[in-house]
Amino acid sequence: MPREQMHIGNAAGFSVDRMDVGGPVADSLIASGKPAALFYETLAERTLAIAQRERRANPEKGYTPDLAGFVGPVLKRCVENGVPIIGNFGAANPMGAAKRLHALAKTQGISGLRVAVVDGDDLRENIRGLQTQQWGEEKPLDLANTEILAANVYMGSQPIADALDQDPHVVVTGRVTDSALTLGPLMQHFGWAADDWDKMAAGVLAGHLLECGSQITGGYHADPGRKNVSGLAEVGFPIAEVEEDGSLVITKPVGSGGVVNTRTVKEQILYELDDPGNYLTPDVTLDITDVEVEQIGPDRVRVSGARGKPAPDTWKVTISVDGGWLGEGEISYAGPNALARAKLAAQTMRERIDVLGLDCDLRTDLIGTVSIHDGDTGELTQSYEGEPQEVRMRAAANAHDEATAALVAREVESLYCDGPAGGGGVRRSTTWRVKTGSVLVPRKDVQPRVTMVTEDDV
Amino acid sequence: MTSSEYIEVPLYEIAHGRTGDKGDRLNVSIIPYDDSGYTVIADQATEERMLSMFRHRGATEARRYDLPKLKAFNFVIENVLQGGVNNSLNLDGHGKTLSFHALTMTVRVSPEVLDAAKEARGA
Repeated sequence: MPREQMHIGNAAGFSVDRMDVGGPVADSLIASGKPAALFYETLAERTLAIAQRERRANPEKGYTPDLAGFVGPVLKRCVENGVPIIGNFGAANPMGAAKRLHALAKTQGISGLRVAVVDGDDLRENIRGLQTQQWGEEKPLDLANTEILAANVYMGSQPIADALDQDPHVVVTGRVTDSALTLGPLMQHFGWAADDWDKMAAGVLAGHLLECGSQITGGYHADPGRKNVSGLAEVGFPIAEVEEDGSLVITKPVGSGGVVNTRTVKEQILYELDDPGNYLTPDVTLDITDVEVEQIGPDRVRVSGARGKPAPDTWKVTISVDGGWLGEGEISYAGPNALARAKLAAQTMRERIDVLGLDCDLRTDLIGTVSIHDGDTGELTQSYEGEPQEVRMRAAANAHDEATAALVAREVESLYCDGPAGGGGVRRSTTWRVKTGSVLVPRKDVQPRVTMVTEDDV
Repeated sequence: MTSSEYIEVPLYEIAHGRTGDKGDRLNVSIIPYDDSGYTVIADQATEERMLSMFRHRGATEARRYDLPKLKAFNFVIENVLQGGVNNSLNLDGHGKTLSFHALTMTVRVSPEVLDAAKEARGA
């Protein structure tokens, strides 16, 4: 007797995603009456370094800053209807996130909340002592005399499945693969074996399709007149209806904006992919070369054909170190001869760096021409022949120290009085940068851990 | 049909795509609106031509993966993001806008292929 299909919904594809999208997804999952889970993916590569810094400043922090904003709108209905919420919003402090969730539950009058914390991903203290291997072709970071700000291994789906065995309302993780947030509940529900490679592949593909939220339901897709998408202001976030054999249908809440069609699905299948025959995860090596998609109804696309090969023996660790500072400033020129005045502003900025003797790498852009597709040498910009009505000159510099980066940005504002005629609308910023690199560690050196946190524990 | 009836158009007329990044590596999917565009892309959108589209940004290699069942292509381009999101001075450190640069590559198509693409995209 096959087990009933499971529905997995996504309510965030990145840390700055909309915070009001989870409600319609949760309602759809509940209305289906099927076993379900709702997940949030909020960690980018460099997020952990920023979160570690926040945690150092305040030991209670270091989880996704918008945690309550994301989970608040759906927590009560998910708890009451038995839909577990899963998120990597624990970031550098999953236990801190668990405490914050208990506080949130209290304000909403929810009693008996059970939060499972999945960690063991944080290798900052012991990475220097581990036998690491180079990751692919990537040039390794030079870690000598450098403080490691964060080192987190991408864990797989097993600890999430284990956590779900303990019947939590929320599962909070640190760094896991994005796809593990989907495969974990599928493994737990269907009882898939961790070495049933085709099933693992199907679950990883489901996760890959869902993990960027609306990118499969019409977000990052609309091109008016060609790829029309209506209702982006209320775009529906995706739901995968997964069968025990691993086949699945991608859809979205009824009445929501956006679209699910073979184009949105194909674009997302290939998103951030390298070799389609060898997509490496700690759970499985996924081969999507035989995957097919079929529109089977409005906003319903069937995806089938994922194949799996054994998982690698090594897991990827992303290491973050200080990356210096970025200083940026922008100023606009408009009307007759705008391009020539913007070019003069850019030339003046380059000369100012020399006059001041600043140690930095400078790039200038003429926004409104061909800037963003251009390289740092400005090859495309030099051969540009249009006559735009307005051009925004941007100067950007990488520097080792904050003061230098800030001074470059300040120099753009000086152009108000000291630069070409009619420059306006200056904006400037200085941003701390994190440099990341990856290495591989043997999987035996990673010990995923599951801890249940009840209201008695906080 | 003679080759003189063929028309030179940007890929944008017959295909759509999306970019993703991993460090200094970019991937670009190129997906024909109509399946009849698949062989056009397979024959003409070579790795060499894609690399030349990104040489001005310092790209060093382009690989193409063909997906005949999905009717799509995945191009992987190395060292094209000027250090990637953590180091780039480009406004778009992720390279999110670059699918629309890749789609400016020109191809020669028959009127039938062009018409099929237009119909598929609803023009």
